[in-house]
Amino acid sequence: MITEHVVTVRGLRKSYGIGPNAVAAVSGIDFTIERGEVFALLGPNGAGKSSTVEILEGYHDRTGGEVTVLGVDPQQLHGRALLDWKTRLGIVLQSSAEQNTLTVRQMLRQFAAFYPRPRDVDEVIAAVGLTEKASARVNKLSGGQRRRVDVALGFIGRPELLFLDEPTTGFDPEARREFWGLVRGLQAEGTTILLTTHYLDEAAQLANRVGIIAAGALVDIGPVGEIGGAEARVPIVRWREGGGIREERTHEPGRLVAELAARFGGEPPELEVIRPSLEDVYLQLIHTSKAEHRTAATEEVPA
Amino acid sequence: MSTVSLGFVRTKYEFVSYFREFDSVFFTFLFPIIMLGIFTAAFSGSGTIGGPGITGVDFGTYYLPGMVAAGILLSGVQSLAVGIAQEKSDGTLKRLGGTPLPPLSYFVGKLLTSLVTGAMQLLLLILFARVLFGVQLPTDPMKWLELLWILVLGILTCGLLGIALSAVPRSGRSATAVVIPLVLFLQFISGVYLPFSQLPGWMQTVASFFPLKWMAQGMRSVFLPDSFKTLEVGHAWHLGWVAMVLLAWLVVGLVVTRLTFRWIRKDA
Repeated sequence: MITEHVVTVRGLRKSYGIGPNAVAAVSGIDFTIERGEVFALLGPNGAGKSSTVEILEGYHDRTGGEVTVLGVDPQQLHGRALLDWKTRLGIVLQSSAEQNTLTVRQMLRQFAAFYPRPRDVDEVIAAVGLTEKASARVNKLSGGQRRRVDVALGFIGRPELLFLDEPTTGFDPEARREFWGLVRGLQAEGTTILLTTHYLDEAAQLANRVGIIAAGALVDIGPVGEIGGAEARVPIVRWREGGGIREERTHEPGRLVAELAARFGGEPPELEVIRPSLEDVYLQLIHTSKAEHRTAATEEVPA
Repeated sequence: MSTVSLGFVRTKYEFVSYFREFDSVFFTFLFPIIMLGIFTAAFSGSGTIGGPGITGVDFGTYYLPGMVAAGILLSGVQSLAVGIAQEKSDGTLKRLGGTPLPPLSYFVGKLLTSLVTGAMQLLLLILFARVLFGVQLPTDPMKWLELLWILVLGILTCGLLGIALSAVPRSGRSATAVVIPLVLFLQFISGVYLPFSQLPGWMQTVASFFPLKWMAQGMRSVFLPDSFKTLEVGHAWHLGWVAMVLLAWLVVGLVVTRLTFRWIRKDA
């Protein structure tokens, strides 16, 4: 098989607790990730992103559904097979409270030893922009610098599949842009990447496709430019009239602006033309999903 | 790389980390040395300690074996139980669990680090006792061989018990609260701070279920004149029992570790 799914998820369910107190974190999610793709999983806190990602990473067993990661079900792996599978993964977890007294270079040398074909330690340090800090102890670094160490440890082992869970938390804007360059470079080398982030611009910059999760279910999935459907991307024209803000969605914002200009006999007050960003589309989807969820919950009240 | 060579890689970095952390250096590495200094200095005016029909020894000599045994306990149980519980709660273990590092290599790294730091601590204790308090060291090579096997077996046993115990604390912060009282309690009833022969019988009985009492007894046989064995229970050093109790606890540690160790706390 040449076009290979690196990740497949079918009807994934995950509950915590048992019996009537069980809480569903994930209730039936489907998606696939193709080789070489950057796939972003988006959603509010508590939506089930982390549960989903940690099941794929092999940290947790699922309650139901089917999962394959690099062709195997992580839950079925034990012993040597499990370790061999892990050599093909890179995992950048959400930032932790680790107090590491080793230096950046010592940490990377150590982790490089865990993998059969590691990257060059100094090249990786340079790629995350920490060359000047290579001999500094990790616990003496700033939050953003520590996060770069996390990212470096994630791809030192030359992974086929890289998990990036909120990788740029604590980065300044410049560092984030450098990080985006790094991710594009990894993708260019053929690395498949599963990204979760709260920065929608980051997802828009990096991802080929995004999946949006809310309340444990997939709300929408598709290429960044198509998510939410064509309707969600219709531009908005906004202006002030009659003591309030008015807005209109139109496929022809230019014509509307011209009409407004004619009507006002000059500049319409506070005129804005907005093309919904991924963030706008996302917020709208999450909002709709919450409203539907509430309605459904009300209807489900047993007699 | 093989599981064992990865264990050596881990040992190298564990060792560096050990000496960069104040807690491990002070409360594990230096603690028995400081206690030896305090006890010896406190009683230095009281002459010698001995028993009926035994030529007494000075307090430095008397306390050295107990502190050596306590050092083994701390380097194994305390250092690993607290260290691993903290690594579990701060995310270190979760990160390692996402790499192809075999858990066994992680344990090899922990145990070898305890062995190396424990041996260094022992050397420093002996040096300290010899130079500062003029303690007479054994001249019989067999005694040194005895010291060596008790050290190695003791560290491995205590290390495995430390790994097993690391599953108990619910958080890294509570780890010291769980482990330190336990370790202190054992030191008081096992003849580290208080002369074992002067403890009430029931306390001696309780202590004899745990490894520290036997390590201390073994170390007394190394460092005290042979005549002191008349103060022991049964008037003998009972080195066979030392080995057997330590081995039994080693098996307990192995089994519990095998059954309970997880890189992360598993959910339901």
